[in-house]
Amino acid sequence: MTDQRNVWVFIEQEEGVIADVSLELLGKGRDLANRLGSELWAVLGGHRVEELAERVIHYGADRVLLADHPELELYRTLPYARVAIDLIRARQPYIFLVGASPIGRDFAPRVASAVRAGLTADCTDLQIGAYTSKKDNQTHQDLLLQIRPAFGGNLIATIVNPHMHPQMATVRSGVMRQPEPDSSRQGVVEKIEPAFEKGDFALQILSRETRQSTVNLKDAATIVSGGGGVTSPEEFQLLQDLAHVLGGEVGASRAAVDAGYISREHQVGQTGTTVRPRLYIAAGISGAVQHRAGMDESHKIIAINTDPNAPIFDIAHYKIVGDLKEVVPMIIEALREKAK
Amino acid sequence: MSSGRSYHSVVLVKQVPDTHHITGEVMKKDGTMNRGALPAIFNPEDLNALEMALQVKDKYGGQVTVITMGPPKAAEVLRESLYRGADRVILLTDKKFAGADTLATSYALSCAIQKLGDYDLMFAGRQAIDGDTAQVGPQTAEKLGIPQITYAELILDLDGDEVVAQRAFEMGTEIVKCKLPCLLTVVGSANRPRPASARRRIEYKLAATPLEYKSLLKQWPEFETEAALEDYLTVRNLKIEVWTAADVEADEGKLGLAGSPTQVYKVNFVVLESTDNKEIQANREGIKALIEELVQEYIVG
Repeated sequence: MTDQRNVWVFIEQEEGVIADVSLELLGKGRDLANRLGSELWAVLGGHRVEELAERVIHYGADRVLLADHPELELYRTLPYARVAIDLIRARQPYIFLVGASPIGRDFAPRVASAVRAGLTADCTDLQIGAYTSKKDNQTHQDLLLQIRPAFGGNLIATIVNPHMHPQMATVRSGVMRQPEPDSSRQGVVEKIEPAFEKGDFALQILSRETRQSTVNLKDAATIVSGGGGVTSPEEFQLLQDLAHVLGGEVGASRAAVDAGYISREHQVGQTGTTVRPRLYIAAGISGAVQHRAGMDESHKIIAINTDPNAPIFDIAHYKIVGDLKEVVPMIIEALREKAK
Repeated sequence: MSSGRSYHSVVLVKQVPDTHHITGEVMKKDGTMNRGALPAIFNPEDLNALEMALQVKDKYGGQVTVITMGPPKAAEVLRESLYRGADRVILLTDKKFAGADTLATSYALSCAIQKLGDYDLMFAGRQAIDGDTAQVGPQTAEKLGIPQITYAELILDLDGDEVVAQRAFEMGTEIVKCKLPCLLTVVGSANRPRPASARRRIEYKLAATPLEYKSLLKQWPEFETEAALEDYLTVRNLKIEVWTAADVEADEGKLGLAGSPTQVYKVNFVVLESTDNKEIQANREGIKALIEELVQEYIVG
């Protein structure tokens, strides 16, 4: 088993809905497994979630390790960690990827500590490459290069884990591209019987309240926002298209929300959501203080405005003086070009 | 509901560079970092964790012990903890800890907590602003074999051997009941940390670790020797305890660089373009160059 170098992805699901980040990781995991000439396996826990296993295969998994158990109905750290820890010890994956969601960031460190694996949080890119260790001067081929911003986004670090496997990493939602599902894909679903211990149930959930929001501005790595400079629904659709190509979320200033182009839960600013994405694109937003306060800590800001003196340009890293109707399609085209 | 018992809380805190206020002087023009220009601060969410522990003490009685792992100058956050109401503070420091990743750090901390003995609650900030990993708390809990409540916002009840707490995350809230001892990692929205008390600031101003005696002697030459200073501080309960790897009986192979599975392969500095921005021409060539630059900096995939 140990020489198989399989790539594993933790599938996060709530109430039978697979988290986007897990699907995105299946895409990335598939690429990594192909590069290594190995298999992509998925760890799926829950209760009455068997039908999700096929979906996971359609998104790229070769094998689904399915732990279906009443105690796994709602996510709790210890029962979920128990399943993963036992599987890792028995099957020894080479790489284990987890979403950097509230659940993933609770789960991954617990598992990494138990199996004594290295874990890198919030990776923005994962590659396969060679590394020469300073410890023993040995060159390790085909390691997972875990690339992440560090020091408040002021530097980009590449982390490796040459000795103690699995190589574990968490990745935020929206960073990796979600693959197209292929309903003809075949794979193996293997049922796992969890071996819980009494201590695994030290925590009980008394109640929970989830906001049914499809918008997740806070976690988005990329946000494309429109403002008062957007003058028609067609123009706003351009921003939606750009956000889609970037795998990001759509935001808005108050002007665009008040104009009715998009719902209030997309509003960025003092009265909306405060965001700090890696990339914020402000299209047709003048840059009132109330909007800026909600986004000025974004890592990189691109501002597009017809007015060369718009205050948004004071905090933008990239200034584009022009009409968003023309500029946005050019950005989409350049991105598509790049993706080819 | 309260059982009338008091609780011993252990709070893990960290001194961090103030990465949220990085200025042009910190990032030099050549892209390297001038670390000296970065102020060291009490990690913000660790202050929320300390506040939650102090509120438990205010309500139920008991003791608050604060532990930090770091270089000798990290004693500053321990003094800050004393000013706010901590009963006992411990600096875990040793050259052998240098270069530790989260796994090696959590191992050292778990050894220190084991040496400490009985405790009911362990608190930590959700994450530290220098690494933003949110890993050390849960990994320490795993090594101690205790359960964890991450993203804790509120303690609703403490009843002898169980805690009821509210967790808060972007998509909602959850109320959980958990057996003690357990770890709570505390979010910034949990509370408003109390300021340092003026009285305690005067009381603990001289609190120091033995590692600081030399510099203290320069300020107070009247003590003449380190031994005289030590006597003075010990009598007044102002000597901050220092624990080394040997003191906490840590296995050296699991510490520092040697005990860290992750290694930094390389670091690329992101050069901050002071305040002025780059103007991109609103044409195909301009946009294409912009996208290429963003791809190269890992801003877009």
